[in-house]
Amino acid sequence: MHSASGTSTAAPEPRNAPRRQFVNILLGTGLVASAASFLYPILRYLVPPKLPDLGGDAVLAAKTSELKPNTAKTFRFGSRPGLLVETVSGEYHAMSATCTHLGCTVQYRPDLREIWCACHNGIYDLNGRNISGPPPRPLEAFEVQVRGDDIFVRRKQEA
Amino acid sequence: MSSMTNSVRHWLEERFPLDDIKTLMEKKKVPVHRYSYWYFLGGMTLFLFGVQVLTGALLLLYYRPGADEAFESVQFIMTQVHFGWLIRSVHSWSANLLIFMAFAHLFSVLFLRSYRKPRELTWLSGILLLFLMLGFGFSGYLLPWNTLSYFATKVGTEIPAQIPIIGRPTLLFLRGGEDITGSTLTRMFGFHVAILPAIATLLIGLHLALIQWFGMSVPPALEAEWRAFPPEKREVRFFPNFVLRELMAWYVALGMLGALAALFPWGLGVKADPFASAPAGIKPEWYFLFMFQTLKLIPAKVVGMDGEMLGILAFGLVGAVALLLPFLDREKPFNTRRWISGLACVFLGYMAVMTIYGWVAK
Repeated sequence: MHSASGTSTAAPEPRNAPRRQFVNILLGTGLVASAASFLYPILRYLVPPKLPDLGGDAVLAAKTSELKPNTAKTFRFGSRPGLLVETVSGEYHAMSATCTHLGCTVQYRPDLREIWCACHNGIYDLNGRNISGPPPRPLEAFEVQVRGDDIFVRRKQEA
Repeated sequence: MSSMTNSVRHWLEERFPLDDIKTLMEKKKVPVHRYSYWYFLGGMTLFLFGVQVLTGALLLLYYRPGADEAFESVQFIMTQVHFGWLIRSVHSWSANLLIFMAFAHLFSVLFLRSYRKPRELTWLSGILLLFLMLGFGFSGYLLPWNTLSYFATKVGTEIPAQIPIIGRPTLLFLRGGEDITGSTLTRMFGFHVAILPAIATLLIGLHLALIQWFGMSVPPALEAEWRAFPPEKREVRFFPNFVLRELMAWYVALGMLGALAALFPWGLGVKADPFASAPAGIKPEWYFLFMFQTLKLIPAKVVGMDGEMLGILAFGLVGAVALLLPFLDREKPFNTRRWISGLACVFLGYMAVMTIYGWVAK
């Protein structure tokens, strides 16, 4: 504190210039490296961690008594909604309920016997194929297993 | 390249008082003398406040207020979010060091008598800022919603309730109801992240503007020495000389904060249960300990007066004296000046003893 460093800024002698440059580079890299070590945790912190997805396991989507032919039910599949449809002929179809267009949750339209997204009028068939409107891709279809009264839904296993 | 920077500079100069600010910064001088080291404490407090703002904003990205979610969200930050433990531990450590620095700054200003004319308003805003920082500490303490913070808030809000007439409304205001519930948490959250920061921003702005305006105070003894022998007087420019030194101190402080947070990460405790008994040995944060311990020691009745009440009144009086100190420092009609340092020493000793006593007492 007592050294009046404000006055000691006389130009260095030329033969000292490389030495000064070397010290400056050392100081500069040190500062940049430590700044990076401070910033890195913050940047990592900003990226939300991946939540465990239950998609691998079978999910109890509904009881057989809950559904009648030509109706559907949305259920929790991991952290996202799924749609379980009982067709007129009594077959079960399950698929992701997240519209592939802009992510709205789709619904079953008993009058059309198709799956409809209310946001932009996208239409999928009962296998989840996009057949009309803006959706770019089919809905992900799930595997359905009926065990007793319980209807289980799981992600299709890749063969 | 330089012509481009020049034109940007020129554009700015016509629209922003860049030169005035530069002149003001260059004009300011920082005196150099044997007490100069004390000048760093205020800047250090400001730096820690900056750390609080940054880490607090980061915590807000994941924190959820609410009795059912608060504890879980802090747990999530501590265990799932990358470096979440670091951010939260730095926030807690920095909060504690900030309070410590604010007290150290206060006592250094007091003993060097920097509060004297024309700096009374600087002192006043500083004391208000200290109270505000204690408010930050108190309101932030509840946010993780663990047993300790639950009971600390219960006791802490019960204390002002003892004051006649305004006590009960104060309690209801602080708790958002009769008891400590999710409503209290919502309230404390609101105080902690919106109301107190808004007031703090204004007060810090005022405090800094006043310091910049009047420059650094020189202790009276040195002032006299310099008057008697002017060549003794030494100064450095605030910018860049002092600022660079201050930045170095901040850099070291940041490193220490990171080390403390990594070596001694802050615990989370057990989730608050409103129907569980208070755990044994429950204590508030260290900076409230001296008051806590005093209230514990005062007998229920002191000469016909409620003991608790007496303690609260005494601390209220100390707070008022602290706030008005520059106006109490005078030579006429009574010479109070020589008493102030002595009394401050006594109070500092009292705080230290009571804090240690409260720390070791069961």
